Amino acid sequence: MTDKTMTADEAVSRLQSGMTLGIGGWGSRRKPMELVRALLRTGITDLTVVSYGGPDVGMLAAAGRLRALVAPFVTLDSIPLEPHYRAARESGAFALTEIDEAMFMWGLHAAANRLPFLPVRAGLGSDVMRVNPGLRTVTSPYDDGETFVAVPALRLDAALVHVNRADRQGNGQYLGPDPYFDDLFCEAADAAYVSCERVVGTAEFAKEGPPQSLLLKRHVVTGVVEAPGGAHFTSCAPDYGRDEDAQRAYATTPWPEFAAKYLDGRTT
Amino acid sequence: MTATRAEYCVIACAEAWRDAGEILASPMGLIPSVGARLARLTFAPDLLLTDGEAMIVDAEGTVEGWLPYRQHLALVTGGRRHVMMGASQIDRYGNQNISCIGDWERPRRQLLGVRGAPVNTLNNPTSYWVPKHSRRVFVEKVDMVCGVGYDHAAGARHHRIPRVVSDLGVFDFATPDHSMRLASLHPGVSVEQVTEATGFPLSLPSEVPYTREPTAQELKLIREVLDPAGARAREVAV
Repeated sequence: MTDKTMTADEAVSRLQSGMTLGIGGWGSRRKPMELVRALLRTGITDLTVVSYGGPDVGMLAAAGRLRALVAPFVTLDSIPLEPHYRAARESGAFALTEIDEAMFMWGLHAAANRLPFLPVRAGLGSDVMRVNPGLRTVTSPYDDGETFVAVPALRLDAALVHVNRADRQGNGQYLGPDPYFDDLFCEAADAAYVSCERVVGTAEFAKEGPPQSLLLKRHVVTGVVEAPGGAHFTSCAPDYGRDEDAQRAYATTPWPEFAAKYLDGRTT
Repeated sequence: MTATRAEYCVIACAEAWRDAGEILASPMGLIPSVGARLARLTFAPDLLLTDGEAMIVDAEGTVEGWLPYRQHLALVTGGRRHVMMGASQIDRYGNQNISCIGDWERPRRQLLGVRGAPVNTLNNPTSYWVPKHSRRVFVEKVDMVCGVGYDHAAGARHHRIPRVVSDLGVFDFATPDHSMRLASLHPGVSVEQVTEATGFPLSLPSEVPYTREPTAQELKLIREVLDPAGARAREVAV
């Protein structure tokens, strides 16, 4: 069977400027920061990022790599407002497609199911419709006749996600309390790069957690990157919690100064 | 025992879940969280509570269920939830903004983003908690409609905003045009104080009641069980 292991630098070498990238995790939780760091070391730019945003978005915005962002929020959780994202938005540095959390999820579901859209009872009446004039509505063909928003598929050129364990073939296991939407990101993407705390033999999965912790299936995974601490400074429960000191340093240090250390992997 | 302002706020938030039945209480902010747990321990024993992450817990924190984000979103659209969200801005019809201040294209201050406010307000009852009532929050017109108010909801079948609780009082939309009404004042607050701190004309009933007193048992629960460290006073000073 195909051995999909590669380094973070090899994974991002498959990406190109102008791509649409989905980034897994949620806020400042289980973000694939090792892959983001590798991405920042390349010259890749002009990206459209699709994310339940955290420091992944803040860093790419601070480094000027974003052409566009699709997100329902950007937060560091324990620091509610992401300072680098805010600065970039307030200077008009990139285009924003701001949609609701549920609309975002159904956009990924649509992409994963090869559908052009899925109807949701969300968005109508809100300014999500005003700031996204391209959003269409659809009327139920049944007797209720209700009008819904038709959330367009969020198809991705590539997805970047981080999990606790993976095998060399691309099966991925999460051991924390929430899968977030990482499997959906992989299914919605043409290529998916999965970093993990530890590469294990397939037989070891059963010792780590129950079968339902096997979140990612290898047929939607392109590359596996072993990256211990690869979500740092975001959380990767139960392997580690959020490093609040490092996150505070990130939030309060001018980006070029922080990046000078962080991009080499010296995080604190 | 004299209740503090923060404790009246806890009671006012808790009352949002009275008679709610077997639904999820989703409080955002410390005082609504204490309120939801108080409701569960007293007059709304069937409530579901979350630990703020992926677990459904009882008032003592014992896990009784799993609710990761994707299941939480299904629960929202199923309607069996009453969320109490924050609001950076709210207007007379209950439109709420947590996205940005100023022009959306180039905001003066970028905030969180719309989060789940659009889906919440069209699917399950959505109340709001504002710890510092001011004209900056209670505005004539919000800069970005995240949570949908009555004038924008166009009679959407599951849209309902039961109440807004602030550090000054409780507000509802029980008026013919669903504009915001002062429902009760927290003891020690005057009508003038509220209207002065509100950036639009409030509907005022001829006689404004006071937010009810906590019972001795409720005060004991708040002070000794739910918030013994007194964190509530940091959200609302006396």
